[in-house]
Amino acid sequence: MTKIKTLADLLKIKEEVQSKTKLREKSDHPEQLVQVKVGMATCGIASGAKETMKYFIDELEQQAIDALVTQTGCMGYCYAEPTVEVILAGKDPVVFGFVNKEKAEEIIDVYIKRGELVDGVIPLSFRTIDD
Amino acid sequence: MDTVQLTIDKKPVVVKKGITILDAAKGMGIHIPTLCHMKLDDLNIENRPGGCRICVVEVNGRRNLAPACCTEVAEGMVVSTHSIRVINARQTVLELILSDHPADCLICVKSGKCELQDMAHHLGIREIHYKGEQSTYREDTSPAIIRDVDKCIMCRRCEMMCNEVQTVGVLSAINRGFQAVVSPAFEMNLDHSVCTYCGQCVAVCPTGALTEVDQTSHVVRALSDPTKTVIVQTAPAVRAALGEEFGMEAGTLVTGKLAAALRNLGFDYVFDTDFAADLTIMEEGTEMLNRLSRFLEGDENVKLPILTSCCPAWVKFFEHQFPQLKDIPSTARSPQQMFGSIAKTYFADKMSIRREDLVVVSIMPCVAKKYECGRDEFKVNGNPDVDYAITTRELAGLIKLANINFNRLPNEDFDLPLGESTGAGVIFGTTGGVIEAAVRTAYELYTKKPLPKLDFHELRGMEGIRQATIDFAGFPLKIGIAHGLGNARRLLERIESGESEFHAIEIMSCPGGCIGGGGQPYHHGNAEILKKRQIAIYQEDGNKKIRKSHENPYIIQLYEEFLGKPMSEKAHHLLHTKYFDRT
Amino acid sequence: MTDYKMNLLICGGTGCKAAESDELKRSFKHWIEEVGMEDEAQVVFTGCFGFCEKGPIVKVLPDNTFYVEVTPSDVEVIVKEHLVKGRPVSRLLYKDPVTKKQISESKSMDFYKKQLRIALRNCGFINPESIHEYIARDGYMALGKCLSEHTPEEVIKEIKDSGLRGRGGGGFPTGLKWEITRESVSDQKYVVCNADEGDPGAFMDRSILEGDPHSVIEAMAICGYCIGADKGLVYIRAEYPLAIERLKIALSHAREYGLLGEDILGTGFNFEIDIRLGAGAFVCGEETALIHSMEGLRGEPTFKPPFPSVSGYLGKPTNVNNVETFANIPVIINKGAGWFNQIGTEKSKGTKVFALAGKINNVGLIEVPMGTTLREVIYDIGGGIKDGKEFKSVQTGGPSGGCLTKEFLDTPIDYDNLIAAGSMMGSGGMIVMDEDDCMVAIARFYLEFTLEESCGKCSPCRIGNKRLHEILEKITNGNGEVVDIERLRLLSSVIKDTSLCGLGQTSPNPVLSTILNFEHEYLAHVTDKKCPSGQCKALLQYDIIEDLCTGCTLCFRNCPVGAITGERRQPHYIDQTLCIKCGVCYDKCKFNAIKLS
Repeated sequence: MTKIKTLADLLKIKEEVQSKTKLREKSDHPEQLVQVKVGMATCGIASGAKETMKYFIDELEQQAIDALVTQTGCMGYCYAEPTVEVILAGKDPVVFGFVNKEKAEEIIDVYIKRGELVDGVIPLSFRTIDD
Repeated sequence: MDTVQLTIDKKPVVVKKGITILDAAKGMGIHIPTLCHMKLDDLNIENRPGGCRICVVEVNGRRNLAPACCTEVAEGMVVSTHSIRVINARQTVLELILSDHPADCLICVKSGKCELQDMAHHLGIREIHYKGEQSTYREDTSPAIIRDVDKCIMCRRCEMMCNEVQTVGVLSAINRGFQAVVSPAFEMNLDHSVCTYCGQCVAVCPTGALTEVDQTSHVVRALSDPTKTVIVQTAPAVRAALGEEFGMEAGTLVTGKLAAALRNLGFDYVFDTDFAADLTIMEEGTEMLNRLSRFLEGDENVKLPILTSCCPAWVKFFEHQFPQLKDIPSTARSPQQMFGSIAKTYFADKMSIRREDLVVVSIMPCVAKKYECGRDEFKVNGNPDVDYAITTRELAGLIKLANINFNRLPNEDFDLPLGESTGAGVIFGTTGGVIEAAVRTAYELYTKKPLPKLDFHELRGMEGIRQATIDFAGFPLKIGIAHGLGNARRLLERIESGESEFHAIEIMSCPGGCIGGGGQPYHHGNAEILKKRQIAIYQEDGNKKIRKSHENPYIIQLYEEFLGKPMSEKAHHLLHTKYFDRT
Repeated sequence: MTDYKMNLLICGGTGCKAAESDELKRSFKHWIEEVGMEDEAQVVFTGCFGFCEKGPIVKVLPDNTFYVEVTPSDVEVIVKEHLVKGRPVSRLLYKDPVTKKQISESKSMDFYKKQLRIALRNCGFINPESIHEYIARDGYMALGKCLSEHTPEEVIKEIKDSGLRGRGGGGFPTGLKWEITRESVSDQKYVVCNADEGDPGAFMDRSILEGDPHSVIEAMAICGYCIGADKGLVYIRAEYPLAIERLKIALSHAREYGLLGEDILGTGFNFEIDIRLGAGAFVCGEETALIHSMEGLRGEPTFKPPFPSVSGYLGKPTNVNNVETFANIPVIINKGAGWFNQIGTEKSKGTKVFALAGKINNVGLIEVPMGTTLREVIYDIGGGIKDGKEFKSVQTGGPSGGCLTKEFLDTPIDYDNLIAAGSMMGSGGMIVMDEDDCMVAIARFYLEFTLEESCGKCSPCRIGNKRLHEILEKITNGNGEVVDIERLRLLSSVIKDTSLCGLGQTSPNPVLSTILNFEHEYLAHVTDKKCPSGQCKALLQYDIIEDLCTGCTLCFRNCPVGAITGERRQPHYIDQTLCIKCGVCYDKCKFNAIKLS
């Protein structure tokens, strides 16, 4: 990595990297890319988020689904850990709770591949500072 | 000078900015009770953790009560030191402390001198409303100090003395909450730690949690054994403090009464450690001159400065903390041990007493002396040169036990030959005294000329670290003095870093020297007492006809009859020692 | 790929399940098949909407219609009207309690607006191990702006104007703290981040460091710029390995990018951050104790003043803020004090993160604007009380907060209101208790914690808390006297009045607040020797109902202390002097012949 030497540099980097998260912020992009974010805070990990994440990575790769699996922090739904947010191309993010291997398999087979929701969706309950 | 105006107990007062409510009230004659707080003025020693919460006062506008010992005065502050709210809080807090304290005052060694007991009386505690479990710990006995931690009230004075003043770092708070207590790390025993037995923790403990190992019963047993000849030596600082135990003003010299009391107690011979102090000067002074002249001749094997070695806590301190310097201190034994050694050889021979039948008791201002007389190198076939070392306080207890009316005793003299001493021997009891005594002798031996003046005021005082240069007939002898082991450490570090250069250094472990020893009557945080004892020591020196050790006729006689000359082989065998790396 | 046109989300949370949401799902499937829309509409169970008061909830996508209190008999109408004809069933829509207007879209409901994530803005959104994702979300923009466009005084003014107060518990105005530290003259100053989160059940600081570590790093650098410090220290408990790991990664990325180190962004400002691990002592959350712990000393508080802002770490001026406080800073700089101080109440601005725990459905981490009521937090966000039980009390402010009753449910949460109610904000623990909780036992439980965590330095906290605990034990063991209640009150007030630090000054709060609000429970324990909630074992009694006992000897054979006697086929008997109240007989009896009183 090169050092960021000025505020202008920082802004430039922001432009570059923003495209990455834009995928998540704007749901109407044309790319066919599935994004899976696994809540990997202590609460999530304690409930098995690591296994869940590994399963998503392995399974999506094996099934040749073009997907980006990343980790993220605590979404606050600690009663429903592990929690996983899935963003299908062109759709709003959906958060699933209690995602163990079986649930992950169901999410891949039913939601990611067929676009049908599965039981265990967690309703969004907060505003962000961008709202 | 910046000042602030405030109101304490409805009286307006103008005081110096930055002082505490406690001091401001004190200046007005208002006494706010304190328990953990302790301050030795001018010695830079202060304990104010703000932990006991006895000194809380009401400050208008504050939600909670404020500890007077820690709260700085502020402009316009309105303070009530004895409102109902304050009195109730103080009593409740004290009741809580008492609820976790063994109520064995009747048989406690500290009874009558206990600050907690006084406080309970002062605050009129008649009932403990909140009774419950008491914390219990194992009692820890060492050669010199007993820790009965059940009686600890967490004032942290001992911890402050051990860490900040002495930099020994043995005692500190461990555990949390109700189990919190002051202890060596990992609840180790004191005798497994680097404790020097300086006894400053004992000197400041407000309760009976830290006390000296009481050996008076051994002394009584020896005195009542008709087969034993029991002789006693008494250290210089004892005579400047013992009177306090009998209601006398601090600084009252009781030398004559002391000798009389000891004789009344039944000691067969009443001698003086001051005699041995003179002997120490002969050996140490000669060693110093030897090292100095070889050094000046360019002998690279000679190390300077020479450090005094009279103080057993200091010896144990450098054996633990500065083992690399163990070749520097004088090899001369302390006066207590020189006395024991001479008593059990020269004196015993002279009187035809078998070594086993001679019991040597010493009266010391010190608790470390108990440890010192137990060191293996000071025993012959298991028989110690000094059998028992008891403190000034223990002696007072013995005198009271024997129903001796101390205040009415006539002045008596010490016995001869080991009771004769000079002013130089007396001043061993205060910081700066040993080196001044050494200078008086070394000067005359070195220059072969009589001293123009005997009082070296440049070496005296209460400053923690002092230095002076003495003109040795053209040669500037650089002298350093430290009292308190923390000051000693700082001085040694200055030497190690090359910042300071000295030819001779005197070190005493206790603040003020032996007058402030761990075995002296409790000063309860009053530094004036130490200063008065120091004045008394110099007064005794001034009263002496002979004030230079090498002029003590019985010392001269001892060399003529027995030792030969200072540093002779015999002297080396009987009066010198070696040090150990204890790391 | 089946592309359903519509989705019906049915709340499958405990509360709604209890209210027949299973039946709803079956019913919906049935009616959707009936109208032949099974390929167009899909029915899905969801987690709790947190709106259990109005459950069961059904949400129709894509139009986001939010139906409340739906019963199986409503299903037919919803399917036939809404799904088939596209006309929402207005009688089932949520009515705004103030405007009385029906709201169909969930996003415009108050409920949705009840949480606002500022400190947690990136938690669960970005990958905490990617500095790029942080930068993409305006990361380090605030630092860049401060360093290149503002003087430290201007930044401090902005923080002061925002009204931000310390989130660690004390609620001291952050900008003022920075200003005092700035004004302290010294060759060296320090910025300290207090991540020694110690309240049982609270984990907001951990979550922020795990989910958004850069926000804290950025804020610490801004603070350093403002107060004139080039050195920051994060004091974090070693029990937070993941937070430490993420923080380390974030620090190394920030260094590689030159956002920490020398000459940051070419402005000549230097700033470095080190991590200091704590052993997890609760009292080390107190700033002077924290500083002593970092200095290698025993973690014990010392009397203030001097405040750390004047004399802190190594005797140098030190600004100590907690994690959540820092996490608010970059947003305040980016969005402006004016934006921030619109949120919250008059004296408490912005949001507060709470760790919801206890007998509540949606246990978790929430962030709400100051001024939100306890009712909204507990019922709307928290989804109400578990298993449909009755709310009894909520304890805010960690182990030394007070227990508030239902009279306080509509109190808007802010620093001053909570103190006025006899509790406090603390670092944001919020524990909900239901009808089964015994308030005397709860007070004893908290005392146990503070007793354990007291450093032992000052007498009232060291011994006083022990005595409080002993009295509470005596009461819960059935040996209490009426005078004990008065003793608890008196002793508590002295402990509060005389303790050295915040721990002892607040530790009696659970006792005082439970006596104030639940004195009848205390009295029941001491006078009737009964525990109304049945929690205090010593006060329970097991008896055998003779008429129901068949003499099967099962209880006799299982009793561990031989307290049960009786002949075969004859009613048995429990010797109360031997009974240890273990409840084995109660569990084993097949005939419900054991009664509990």
